[in-house]
Amino acid sequence: MSTENDFLYILPELILVVGALIALLIAGYAGKKSVGLVSNFAIGLMILAGVVSYALPTDVTRVFNGLLINDNYSIFMKILTLFGGAATLLMIKNFLQSRKLDQPEFIVLILFAIVGMMFMISSNNLLTLYLGIEMQSLSLYILAAFNRSSTKATESGLKYFILGALSSGMLLFGMSYIYGFTGSTSFDLIAEHISQEGSSIGIIFGITFLAAGLMFKISAVPFHMWTPDVYEGAPTPVTAFFATAPKVAAMAMIIRVLYSPFIEMGADWQQIIVFVALASMVLGGFAGIAQKNIKRLMAYSSIAHMGYALVGAAAYTEAGTAIQSVILYMTIYLITTLGVFACILGMKRGGDSFEKISDLAGMWRNHPLIAISLTIFMFSLTGMPPFAGFIAKYYVFTAAVNEGLWLLVIVGVLASVVGAFYYLRIIKVIYFEESKEPFDPMSIELKIVLGFATLFTIIFTILPSSLLELAQTAAQSLN
Amino acid sequence: MSEWPILSIVTFFPLLGALLIFLLIKEDSEQSKNNIRNIALMTSGATFLISLLLWVFFDNTTADMQFVENASWLGGNINYKMGVDGISMLFVILTTFLLPFCILASWKTVKNNVKEFMIAFLVLETFLIGVFSSLDLLVFYIFFEGGLIPLYLIIGIWGGKNRVYASFKFFLFTLLGSVLMLLAIMAMYWDAGTTDIVELLNHEFPAQMQTWLWLAFFASFAVKMPMWPFHTWLPDAHVQAPTAGSVILAGLSLKMGGYGFIRFNLAMFPEASDDMQTFVFVLSAIAIVYTSLVAMMQKDMKKLIAYSSVAHMAFVTAGIFTASTIGLQGAIFQMLSHGIVSSALFLCVGVIYDRMHTREISAYGGLVHRMPYYAFIFMIFTMANVGLPGTVGFIGEVLTLAAMFQVSTWMALFATTGVILSAGYALWLYRRVIFGELEKESLRDILDMDKREKYILVPMICITIFFGFYPQPIFNVTSVSIDHLIENNRQDMEAAGRLSHEPRIKTMDAAGEAAATTH
Repeated sequence: MSTENDFLYILPELILVVGALIALLIAGYAGKKSVGLVSNFAIGLMILAGVVSYALPTDVTRVFNGLLINDNYSIFMKILTLFGGAATLLMIKNFLQSRKLDQPEFIVLILFAIVGMMFMISSNNLLTLYLGIEMQSLSLYILAAFNRSSTKATESGLKYFILGALSSGMLLFGMSYIYGFTGSTSFDLIAEHISQEGSSIGIIFGITFLAAGLMFKISAVPFHMWTPDVYEGAPTPVTAFFATAPKVAAMAMIIRVLYSPFIEMGADWQQIIVFVALASMVLGGFAGIAQKNIKRLMAYSSIAHMGYALVGAAAYTEAGTAIQSVILYMTIYLITTLGVFACILGMKRGGDSFEKISDLAGMWRNHPLIAISLTIFMFSLTGMPPFAGFIAKYYVFTAAVNEGLWLLVIVGVLASVVGAFYYLRIIKVIYFEESKEPFDPMSIELKIVLGFATLFTIIFTILPSSLLELAQTAAQSLN
Repeated sequence: MSEWPILSIVTFFPLLGALLIFLLIKEDSEQSKNNIRNIALMTSGATFLISLLLWVFFDNTTADMQFVENASWLGGNINYKMGVDGISMLFVILTTFLLPFCILASWKTVKNNVKEFMIAFLVLETFLIGVFSSLDLLVFYIFFEGGLIPLYLIIGIWGGKNRVYASFKFFLFTLLGSVLMLLAIMAMYWDAGTTDIVELLNHEFPAQMQTWLWLAFFASFAVKMPMWPFHTWLPDAHVQAPTAGSVILAGLSLKMGGYGFIRFNLAMFPEASDDMQTFVFVLSAIAIVYTSLVAMMQKDMKKLIAYSSVAHMAFVTAGIFTASTIGLQGAIFQMLSHGIVSSALFLCVGVIYDRMHTREISAYGGLVHRMPYYAFIFMIFTMANVGLPGTVGFIGEVLTLAAMFQVSTWMALFATTGVILSAGYALWLYRRVIFGELEKESLRDILDMDKREKYILVPMICITIFFGFYPQPIFNVTSVSIDHLIENNRQDMEAAGRLSHEPRIKTMDAAGEAAATTH
């Protein structure tokens, strides 16, 4: 197969890379003035890359000697990631001017992070996987500490970096074991080796470390310590970004790694996933109760939600349903979280941002529509019908029930009741308390994202079939 | 009629009204508030009228589901399926009947945020109707659980002083029960490969699995019902909720539990129901005696009625799990009658609460001197609550008692004690509020019921008396479906090789005679 043809399959990535370099040039010449221009340019790039991804051939193709893979699954997850990135950028571009983040490099970094994520999603080799992860992580470390004058932001960046470097170390350690015991870094060859020779203690060792490194990226317990601090410390626009696209990409990567080279060792890694899922759901549920800062609360909420997504991932015997449930869960999580962050970004009075839950008090009197949207998101995150979050939870739990993972399911639904408490508390603050001063009017961009997320959360339950089918085709291509 | 999706129209018509209010009207003047109230009233009234078509076109002679609609939804044998039979149809009517009264009852008392209030009620109506008319477990669950959201907001926003505590307790208690039911639903899907209720009714679940499924469903419905000892959320929620919220809670929300017991626990898991009969009887007996005694000690009128609801619902649970025709007839009738009577009682409390802004029993006394109409109306419903012959309350009680007596004399003994106790607390309440000298200075200028309040309660009186003397229309609707259910139940038991208690009265004619001879 000729290499020229291979470039077709990484056209979306190429568009982003070239575009990011051009953006960097613009930034170099025009300086701070160009923030608006560059962000619009970046949004355009991501939309273009998304459209190109959509147009790619959908049959399973390995490119660059099997370093990368292109299938329905990678296309779906890439588009989802690009969508998350573009929506976040749309929401935050007005904030860049006001919040000491008014440097176009900020946007360039987001672009590079997205490129890293896309490589993570389509990697078919441990090395490309690692490169993708590092490209994404290095960009994210800088983003976390981007507001240099803030001690909190610097602290969160540093924390993120140190723990991230540790996880990269574990990742590499695990990879080296796997390479040592299977003789290859290619997913295909690893799978072949395992199916022929069976598993060995060395590979299990490798998988354990690999999984630890990967769990760090989705902030699952016990590798979650950085999440609350980074979410709280980083500037809100950065947090909004952290909570959405990288989570989707990392989960997509985990599913790829577990289900592609190591599917034959499902019984081994299932124990790891079950434990991590249990711990994430329980900790995410209980630790959120005492939070006062809404960003920190969302950090614990995201920990819990990664746990729920992993519940689906643990059901490896019926790979199709398991992967479908995780894809569905991540899609709904992404859109709901975008909506929540649109509300959090809108919590401004006189240009200053607020992030305490108590600042939402009586919000429904001043902003009834935003309040209704936020309420819908909270119920959806709780998993209350008739909102999208319920269908998402239903699918992951059904997958686990089919597998007979009763402990996981029972603890999961009980943890969701615990989690309901803090989501309800936000609704309580919005509706049952005396109102404070109104927030500043929301920008049109925030309204667009908020409106879309709200409509999606309601309408998905009524018309779920098209997304379900998309997720199913994506899942089958990986299976 | 078959080409019209009449059930879906009934279910989603209120939602349409809510959408109309949400989109078109801005609440900025007294005029606009009145518009909102009018639209809400007309929507719920129209829903009631449409739902009456269900009764008109209902076929009494078949136990099959009627007005069935089926549309593909999630795929994998999970469809949007609607339909009613003799067991569920009347609950749909009860819901659509009570909702306009809720809106009328809030006409003057809810002065702020009328728009949100009315939207919440109409959305709630959709969920409530959906619970009784859905024929797919997952659709049922969505309606069942989704109804929590508007009710939580109604209690939390328009409730009394301690509303936050009450709304949280209500929400979390119910949610905890419901998620266990969700687990059971998933397990049933796993075992049977479908969530279609009609198919599941014919599906045989393995005996041991039945017990677990039964327990999971029981957890949900026992909280909703509520059965002792899961009832503690109810008095709090009732006391804090606005009058209309209490009406929904007592009149409809509790009935979901009973309906669920019949449709799922009894019909789908007959063997487990047989095993658990004693367990349910013990809980019911405790509930009847204990909550009746607790009701006597209450200082707050709403709390008293709330505890009496728990006691009355215990008759229903005991009646259901006798697994006999007459017990089920009684249970369903008791639920319908309690839906009317307890709603009316809460509305009665609302009438004086709106005037005096207190629910303390000791703040009243001698109202008969200033409010003769009120005294009369309140008396009728108090008597219906006690179960006086000639009111609806009597028929349900006597039928369930008869059924209990056949299965367990002890159960009947405790239940009868409860009847006596209920007369005690209800009459004592009436005496302390209505009779006596009008001594309180604050009550001197209290006004009797106005036209609106009379319009609300008079139709309820008519129903209470009419069906008290002539319950046959209700039995006509329910009997075939119940016979069918019991027959299926018996066959399952025979197949499982244990027919421990053959119901001595098998047909509805006999049950009807039993009811008739008691007059």
